[in-house]
Amino acid sequence: MAQEAQKEMSMIIQKEMVSDLFNELARAKETGKKVCYTFIPGNLSELIRTFDMLPVYPEINALQSAMRKKSGGYIKEAEKHAHSEDVCTYVKCDVGMMLKGNIGPTGEKIPEPDVLLLSYTGCFTFMKWFETLKREYPNAKVIMVHTPYQENSEITPEMTQYMVKQFKEVVIPKLEEVTGIKYDEAKLKRHLTLSAEAEDWITRIFDTTKHRPSPIDAYFAGVYYIGPINIGFRGTQEAVDYYKELYKEIMERVAKGLGPITPEGEMKEEKFRLVVEGPPNWTNFREFWKIFYDMGAVIVASSYTKVGGVYDNGWRHDPERPLEALAEYCMNCYTNMNIPQRIDLLSKCIKDYQADGYLTNSIKSCNSFSAGQLAMMREIEDRLEVPVGFIESDLVDPRYFSYSNIKNRLESYFQMLDQRRVIGADIKEVEA
Amino acid sequence: MKSLEQIVNECKELAFDLHFTRAKEWKAEQEGRVVVGYMPIYFPREIIHAANGLAVGIMGGGDRKQIIKGDAYYQSYICHIPRSILELVLDGHTEHFDGYIFPSICDVIRNLSGIFKQQKIGKFVKYMDFPQNFLPEIGGVFYQQEMEHVLRYIKEINGVEVTPERLNHSIGLYNRNRQMIEFIYDIRQDFPWRLSIEDVYHIIRAGMVIPVEEHNALLEQVCAHIAKPIGVPQDKIKIVVSGAFCEQPAVGLIRAIEQAGCYVVDDDYMLGSRMIEGDIDTTTDRPLEAISTAYINQSRYSSCIYDVSNPKEFRLAKIVKDRGADGVIFASASFCDPSLLDAPIFQNAFNKMGIRYIAFQYSENINQFKVIKEQVGTFSDSIKLWEDEPVVTINA
Repeated sequence: MAQEAQKEMSMIIQKEMVSDLFNELARAKETGKKVCYTFIPGNLSELIRTFDMLPVYPEINALQSAMRKKSGGYIKEAEKHAHSEDVCTYVKCDVGMMLKGNIGPTGEKIPEPDVLLLSYTGCFTFMKWFETLKREYPNAKVIMVHTPYQENSEITPEMTQYMVKQFKEVVIPKLEEVTGIKYDEAKLKRHLTLSAEAEDWITRIFDTTKHRPSPIDAYFAGVYYIGPINIGFRGTQEAVDYYKELYKEIMERVAKGLGPITPEGEMKEEKFRLVVEGPPNWTNFREFWKIFYDMGAVIVASSYTKVGGVYDNGWRHDPERPLEALAEYCMNCYTNMNIPQRIDLLSKCIKDYQADGYLTNSIKSCNSFSAGQLAMMREIEDRLEVPVGFIESDLVDPRYFSYSNIKNRLESYFQMLDQRRVIGADIKEVEA
Repeated sequence: MKSLEQIVNECKELAFDLHFTRAKEWKAEQEGRVVVGYMPIYFPREIIHAANGLAVGIMGGGDRKQIIKGDAYYQSYICHIPRSILELVLDGHTEHFDGYIFPSICDVIRNLSGIFKQQKIGKFVKYMDFPQNFLPEIGGVFYQQEMEHVLRYIKEINGVEVTPERLNHSIGLYNRNRQMIEFIYDIRQDFPWRLSIEDVYHIIRAGMVIPVEEHNALLEQVCAHIAKPIGVPQDKIKIVVSGAFCEQPAVGLIRAIEQAGCYVVDDDYMLGSRMIEGDIDTTTDRPLEAISTAYINQSRYSSCIYDVSNPKEFRLAKIVKDRGADGVIFASASFCDPSLLDAPIFQNAFNKMGIRYIAFQYSENINQFKVIKEQVGTFSDSIKLWEDEPVVTINA
């Protein structure tokens, strides 16, 4: 029988927040609140809240379906309708869920969108996904915000202005039209102030992995930590309170010298500290995580927890420049950064969090992450002389999770890390 | 005037000269010339021409370049073209290129630009973010800024300041180029036997690696030849090929489709050369704005352009109708997100419209097409048998 997972107060708070959101969504028709489908990278939570809308994140529905073992069926349903085996499985899972009645993770029907708000950030497939959704929901208002890519490792004034003009002349007027609510910049600024506060807290939280042992796993637990800030609560007091509570709990663990909490309780011994690039597999999430904590491996930083925003380098939503802040936020999400920037960011993580290794989990159906990962890995290996590892899985397609292959590769990788450590110790001894 | 056979043979050599020899010679002929490689699909070559440069299309190595180094950069589930482009570059095929442009097509090509940057390949690397906002005062302005960025890179190399006069002249040359390519397709619509689709492919692809003036001279002659009643009609259906706009099918596959019983009366193989429909204004003192406006208002449907205000399925259906085609072949490169993600949209719509189609996938380096040829042949036969079926209706 599966062991009961250890629950802390922050987990309970988050569960309630998410559950309330889905309940609100289920009652959207009664309450008259407008429903806005949008994506995590470049999500405009503050603007959505300014117009009193309720967000739906198709990729969150997909990963939740995977964790509930429903994604395989949904994907097959989509493939029956001409969706290729070789494309993003989030899309297919979402389409399959829709074809099967759009029943959400709580078992209630997810309402149809009033608005499809596409802040097209860092992922080409998002655009195709919304083209598909538009055809399924012809009555929904479609709003496209084109986020320029940081192709030259920078955000230029022209890029920001391009986005601000889109907000002013396209996005806001259309949101006013759909919701019947006048744009209230003061309200947006209040949300942005709270966003910056939550961003401060989450940065502190992910920075606690500098401790030894690390009090958290910044990947497997990290995906839960980023929940509130990414799925519509950024810009609320609830999110700030959640992160304060979470930080308090983590610091208590630091004070006691405790390692991260896993689904099977506290991790006793920290043997390996890793930085992971790429999203996790969701269909076998617990099995996947278990391979790591059984081997004493803790993830001290991950790129995936930065898809909804990169706050490491000090950037925060600035309420004094509200639309510029929204623009910069979108452009600053991880997958909107070019390959050299990604390499620099992950190299910094490896150094700052004293990682023993760098591991890539390459996702079959996510080119936004996967294309270029091998070059990144090689560059990081050359630059930092850190042992690198490589495994392959998928987001939500259970057909592409091979437990034995992944376990074998990881075991070999951990053996290599162990050997490096022994050799390193021998060299130090000789030098001494 | 050269014979059609001579021209086609010349174009065959040029189109698949993976050392880009003509570009190299052209650059050496005069100091200050620059050569800029660009990836599929579309790039406004006019601006490079006006800056004393030659924009050269890099369409991958096809089935003519063995991939060794490129495979080390890409997982098996990523399409083939980025690895063959890298192979060409790392093997020194493009040593004479000054810079590289990566138009926004998909995440793979986008991230390939990052690999080029990381490896410091060329004097500049530019990911060209085409606007997905189609308001001239918003997306149009952004697009002009993107083109200005490219021109700044070139000016740093050769010091050439692009004037409106120079740019208008260059636009005029490319307008003529597009007119003649469209003439070829218009002729083939009614007389596809006059020039095979394989020959058309070579002729257009050659234009991606030579100066536009030289390509125009070739096209003038081709147009003159095919304006005359040449060739012998065969009993084949007419079809449109869609989805093969980036990674190119091997020439053998292009040939096989026609041999299997289908005249290809329209396609998107060389979409970049045909992206702009009609002429771009050459009389303005703001030619970058003219290029931008043309992109916004006169682009063909493309899997890379957000289409909710102008749905692609109706645009393709209109091409089918206008060309008098009997059906569509959806040919997608394996793992090509833009093409494959569009497939359900097209196919669901065509099921409702009654447009007949088949779909298959290919890879640029695969040159065994027996199964595809049989599939196409069956498609052709089945349409011939259904000749009395009602014609396509489009309710856009």
